[in-house]
Amino acid sequence: MVDTINKNLVSFLEEKATELRINILKMIHAAQSGHPGGALSAAEIITTLYCHEMRINLDNQRDPDRDRFILSKGHACPVLYSVLAMKGFFPIEELATLRKINSRLQGHPDMKKTPGVDFTTGSLGNGLSIGIGMALMGKLDKKDFRVYVMLGCGELDEGIVWEAFMAGTKFKLDNLVVIIDYNKLQLDGDNDEVMPLEPIVDKLEAFNWNVIRTNGHDFNQIIKAFAKARETHNKPTVIVADTIKGKGVSFMENKVDWHGLAPDDEQLKIALEEIRGS
Amino acid sequence: MYKLGDSIPTRNAYGDTLVELGRKNDQIVVFEADIGKSTRSAIFGKEFPERYFNIGVAEQNEMAIAAGAASCGKIVFVSTYAVFASMRACEQVRTFVAYPHVNVKICVSHGGITPANDGVTHQATEDLGIMRTIPGMTVIMPADAVSTRELVIAATQWDGPIYLRLTRDGVPVIYNEETSFKIGKGILLREGKDITIIAIGDMVSKALDARDILSKQGILAEVIDMHTIKPLDESIILDSVRKTGGVVTVEDHQVECGLGSAVSEFLGENYPIPIQRIGLRNTFAESGEYELLLKKYKMSVDDIISGCFKVVGRKKKKR
Amino acid sequence: MIDKTKELERWAQLLRYDVVRMISNAGSGHPGGCLSAADIITCLYFKEMNIRPEEPDWPDRDRFILSKGHACPVLYAALARRGVFPVKKLKTLRKAGSFLQGHPEIHTSGIDMTSGCLGQGLSVGAGMAVAAKIDRKFYRTYVMLGCGEMNEGQVWESVMCASHFKLDNLLAIVDYNRLQFDGSVDEVLSPGSMVKRWKGFNWNVIEIDGHNINEILPAFEKARNTKEVPTVIIANTIKGKGVSFMENDYLWHSLMDRDKLAEKCKQMKKDMENADSFYAKRLW
Repeated sequence: MVDTINKNLVSFLEEKATELRINILKMIHAAQSGHPGGALSAAEIITTLYCHEMRINLDNQRDPDRDRFILSKGHACPVLYSVLAMKGFFPIEELATLRKINSRLQGHPDMKKTPGVDFTTGSLGNGLSIGIGMALMGKLDKKDFRVYVMLGCGELDEGIVWEAFMAGTKFKLDNLVVIIDYNKLQLDGDNDEVMPLEPIVDKLEAFNWNVIRTNGHDFNQIIKAFAKARETHNKPTVIVADTIKGKGVSFMENKVDWHGLAPDDEQLKIALEEIRGS
Repeated sequence: MYKLGDSIPTRNAYGDTLVELGRKNDQIVVFEADIGKSTRSAIFGKEFPERYFNIGVAEQNEMAIAAGAASCGKIVFVSTYAVFASMRACEQVRTFVAYPHVNVKICVSHGGITPANDGVTHQATEDLGIMRTIPGMTVIMPADAVSTRELVIAATQWDGPIYLRLTRDGVPVIYNEETSFKIGKGILLREGKDITIIAIGDMVSKALDARDILSKQGILAEVIDMHTIKPLDESIILDSVRKTGGVVTVEDHQVECGLGSAVSEFLGENYPIPIQRIGLRNTFAESGEYELLLKKYKMSVDDIISGCFKVVGRKKKKR
Repeated sequence: MIDKTKELERWAQLLRYDVVRMISNAGSGHPGGCLSAADIITCLYFKEMNIRPEEPDWPDRDRFILSKGHACPVLYAALARRGVFPVKKLKTLRKAGSFLQGHPEIHTSGIDMTSGCLGQGLSVGAGMAVAAKIDRKFYRTYVMLGCGEMNEGQVWESVMCASHFKLDNLLAIVDYNRLQFDGSVDEVLSPGSMVKRWKGFNWNVIEIDGHNINEILPAFEKARNTKEVPTVIIANTIKGKGVSFMENDYLWHSLMDRDKLAEKCKQMKKDMENADSFYAKRLW
């Protein structure tokens, strides 16, 4: 099954990812604040998770058997809110309320306010530990749900991430998948300047994880990586997904300034044209 | 189970109670950070290995894992030392335990200067204050083994996060097993009319000793065990001070932000009267024997007594 | 070299005696991790490090941080034996008013940084090493880590940062005795391949027998000659080394049986007095 990925599936996902990108930009533009770069780099992965990989239950949103997703890089939440709205957790129109007072869509994900958010995040580095807690309980209760955690690459500077990598190995959490959105940029510059991560695969292997390196914008590769993770037993999997920060909008791509900047009217117009055109 | 007067570290009562709870409720899970033998959580681990997770020397990770586990419907106990839970993992407590208001019960040993010989790195004297300022947090320190058992049991029935602080060293058992305890409800231990002594944790038995001596000197002190400093039992304070007109607070903690602050803040807004706080004053402690440290840092029975005299004196002047 | 080795071995044995004596005297403390570190600490303080016992705050001195602060008795013993403070002070360990606290404090002569809360020493050491680079000073910074501490994420933050800043004036030593408080490292939280992990973070890694002086000294030398990257020595050691009933028993992480230790102390004293005049005049 791994080798024959339905072409229809890929084009379906591509369509969805485009929709996500449009919504991300509109939201951040409406809020006039937010983090477009890291939301755009994660679009394909998030699309694959919510539209193909994960088992979610709209009728019972807190279904104890559902798969969980934790966006450890919480500032990228526009991509998560977009996909949740698209799936029907809340009305698409609500996206326009991002970061506004009384909105359910906080500047960083909030499990108590936003339907479909499995855990509160935003303070970097903590999502993997939370995911480990969930995966451990899944094992304890003999449930077959899976837990997905997306980390930003800058987060790997945080020691708690390495504490969590150690714990994931100890408890043999094969029901846990980490995806590193490896766009190689963090707030103050590129990883190499701020705090180098290479050789990233060696590091993760030295912590005894199953490591899969993949192109984070290629649906074929992403789908295969998730499938491989499912087939791996007795150890957790980390997918190192090479991505481009700001992907899809030429003037945002690989530009660290777009980590946390909202587009103005003109920039939004150009960006949307580019995304729709591609 | 615990005999009046016996000296028992409250961490021991915590370990025993965890096992008792574990037998009754299979939703209870325990996380530990490589000091299970010391925090006594290892006793639980021995009986319920499948529900006991040793995370290693990694307290931030431990706290965030606990939050994740609690979101799956478990009642989660986190064991470590007070310094590590309240300071190293402070942000995890605030953002991932308190803010989502998940059922994590942070039960920590080595509160105050009770790890007397270990020195400052292992003595938590700021933790109650840190935890008290976090919205929605419940902050408890039981006075002895009996109340520890009762309050740990109560913690499992409490909705939301709890910080419960234990002693490393022995403290005398002051309660018999008939006493009932409620989170957020202080205990009126002795009645009096001249002054109210409000104490917490290991200092409650010291307050009782002070009362005995004071009564021989003609001062009748009322003694309250304020085991929960948040939410604070305001009515027990008001009832008492309306009668006595003066307060001494006693805590094994900095006088800032802990019990003394909580009581002063409440009385300052509602019923201003003379008050004296006993505790550490802008200083770290050090290694040494517990009783000697109490003396050196002005938290001994004698210091409670002189605090009471001060307040009684100020009451007279006020008149 | 032979003579030097022999001399260092004698100092190490004396430090072991001091540790046993101090802890049995204090009635609390952590003997296991002191004994595993005794040979390395001896080599540092009696050979490798450039310090002035009569001027402990000399700005150009080499720095040492005992990140596994609970093992401080062995460090206090080394400082006393080097003459930083009188040997007779060792009996005040953990007593009220003593400058020999249960965990190291910067206010004590010869102690370069407070430690005891695990996992933080390497960060502090990296700070000192950066300062040396900025000031163009030649002092070196040595940090001893316990293997249990490697569970702390902060260790990995500092590991990452030291290689990023190319701190070749920083040496980390892992006292790899494979036991932590609650049991073996493999049970509690496995370090996997320690060598692979440090290499993954771009460090120069040297693995040695941490009780063999003829391996410890050359490793220090190699580290000094390595430029542009920091070095870590993974020292394979035995917790409780030198006291048979403590060896490899995690329960002796802390003082388990005061009487047994006191008994051992007497025995050690007798044996050492008979063995060598070097010891006879130095025992207490």
